[in-house]
Amino acid sequence: MRHYSFASDTMRSLRRNKAAMLGLIIIVLFVFMAIFADKIAPLNPLAQNLSNNLKPGFWAHNTKNLLGTDEFGRDLLSRIIFGSRISLTVGFIAVLIGVLLGATFGILAGFFGGWIDEVIMRTVDVMFSLPSILLAIVIVAVLGRGLDKAMIAIGITYAPQIARIVRSETLSVTNNEYVEAAKAIGTPSGTTMWKHILPNVLSPIIVYGTLSIGSAILDAAALGFLGLGAQPPTPEWGAMLADSFHSITGGYWWVETFPGIAIALTVLGFNLLGDGLRDAIDPRLRGKG
Amino acid sequence: MRNYIIRRTLNLLLVLFVVSILIFLLIRLAPGDPARVMAGEHASPEALAAMRKQWGLDKPLVEQYIIWLAHALRGDFGRSIQSHESVLRELLLRFPNTFELSLFAMIFAFLVGLPAGIVSAVKRYSIFDYGSMILALFGVSMPVFWLGIMLLLIFGIWLNWLPIGGRLSVYISLKPITHFYLIDSLIELNFPAFWDAIKHLILPSIALGTIPMAFIARITRSSMLDVLHQDYIRTARSKGLSESKIIRKHALRNALIPILTAAGTEFALLMGGAILTETVFSWPGIGTYIIQAVNARDYPAVQGSVIFVALLIAIVNLFVDIAYAYIDPRIHYK
Repeated sequence: MRHYSFASDTMRSLRRNKAAMLGLIIIVLFVFMAIFADKIAPLNPLAQNLSNNLKPGFWAHNTKNLLGTDEFGRDLLSRIIFGSRISLTVGFIAVLIGVLLGATFGILAGFFGGWIDEVIMRTVDVMFSLPSILLAIVIVAVLGRGLDKAMIAIGITYAPQIARIVRSETLSVTNNEYVEAAKAIGTPSGTTMWKHILPNVLSPIIVYGTLSIGSAILDAAALGFLGLGAQPPTPEWGAMLADSFHSITGGYWWVETFPGIAIALTVLGFNLLGDGLRDAIDPRLRGKG
Repeated sequence: MRNYIIRRTLNLLLVLFVVSILIFLLIRLAPGDPARVMAGEHASPEALAAMRKQWGLDKPLVEQYIIWLAHALRGDFGRSIQSHESVLRELLLRFPNTFELSLFAMIFAFLVGLPAGIVSAVKRYSIFDYGSMILALFGVSMPVFWLGIMLLLIFGIWLNWLPIGGRLSVYISLKPITHFYLIDSLIELNFPAFWDAIKHLILPSIALGTIPMAFIARITRSSMLDVLHQDYIRTARSKGLSESKIIRKHALRNALIPILTAAGTEFALLMGGAILTETVFSWPGIGTYIIQAVNARDYPAVQGSVIFVALLIAIVNLFVDIAYAYIDPRIHYK
């Protein structure tokens, strides 16, 4: 008899989903771009050339700066390529922070119950009652601006949703016999949570994590746009949009168009893959939404 | 029903209580002396001493919180460091701006999202279905501020059809009464101002309403699909009702519950989006106020705004919950 593991099952289901595969291809392209940015980028993303500023790109037969230049004469294409490094890193790390916090608190709440559960879940409710970007802005207001602070802020705002999902999974896992057996033979709580509960609540964490990377990239770009995330001259997509915002009144559309397309495409990739993963792992959700 | 409303209101108060604790701690977590944080970097020693006395900053933390809460309950969130005005007064002045924008965004979201979702469900797997779902997917993947910038670029700068920012053109004068410009201009029978205010509202409303629109379309589609397979729809068909009547009277009414639930959560999203949309369109609302406050490290203003927004969202969600009972008579709140 052939053995199908959870991962191979998921992969098979995912391969049949064209939209998810498209998402995966987009993500792989951007990851490739991020890793080999210094090989692919035609020019230095930080090199200024004020005599060559706000020049249109290939549509005006500019072969040197294919997507044109920004107000400091920097090559837009190179900045977007290097920007993929920043946006992807921020997305991954922010979600990782959210997963670490959310999973820890979710498992604690589900495993211990009682007042620990109450305190954690009420705090989660409150965090839910505020828009995530507002919460992130407030956290940045306390921590100070910058890319690293933005990552932490976004990570914290993703923790409640993950905590809620992990808690409910933990509640159902805790009732299984193997957990009761572990408790009965006196296994310390920490070991039970780490060895018996965590591996069994991983799949929703993976799905939600993937779905969240897209929105984390969006939030990071939003903080960058508001001037609270990445600071100039960092080629972060959101900050690039903010830096050149005043140039659009002069009709220099490319400085505001291409970084936005890069954000939208990356987020679209993660959304498509995330939807596919959710369908593959949880067949109950197939065809919904 | 009354008990349910009381219970939900108590729950709302609990949430706001916890928000207030978190927001109170926020200032204490900010680096530096809380008195200086609240009075601003350039405050004089006298101002600092007054601040300590007024807010009990030399007392234990719990006592400080009680003092702060007592002030907050009276609507006193302190004075803005930048403008020296009462924070609540400034928020109330800006609230109509944000409300007007959010309302228009929501109207746009429903006007487009609801029909798109219904047609997608009725004509499932048609080109329209695929087309609108792909558009919805793009809608949720796009940064709201970028969409705003693109709208501004196309309709404001290239085509020059609509204004690129603010609430009213400089050459239009309007005496603010309610601060809802559409209402004010109608009260004064100032039609040029009314038309000008509408023109200023169009682009930011579309930008802000697009993500909720995409969500509403997706939820309407899946909710309608669920309902369309129910037995009572088959019964309605078999008794010879026209398809449009089936959709309007039988399907849509039943599909509305999840759509409405989503609209409640949409409001929180809308408030988040408003911060970005207002920044793009220089809209003088609560969103731009928060950003200015954060940039100036104006903590009393940040604190007050967050509690204000949390209160707004909580109230909207309470109304949405109560509205269920009226739409769906099957729901009885115990």
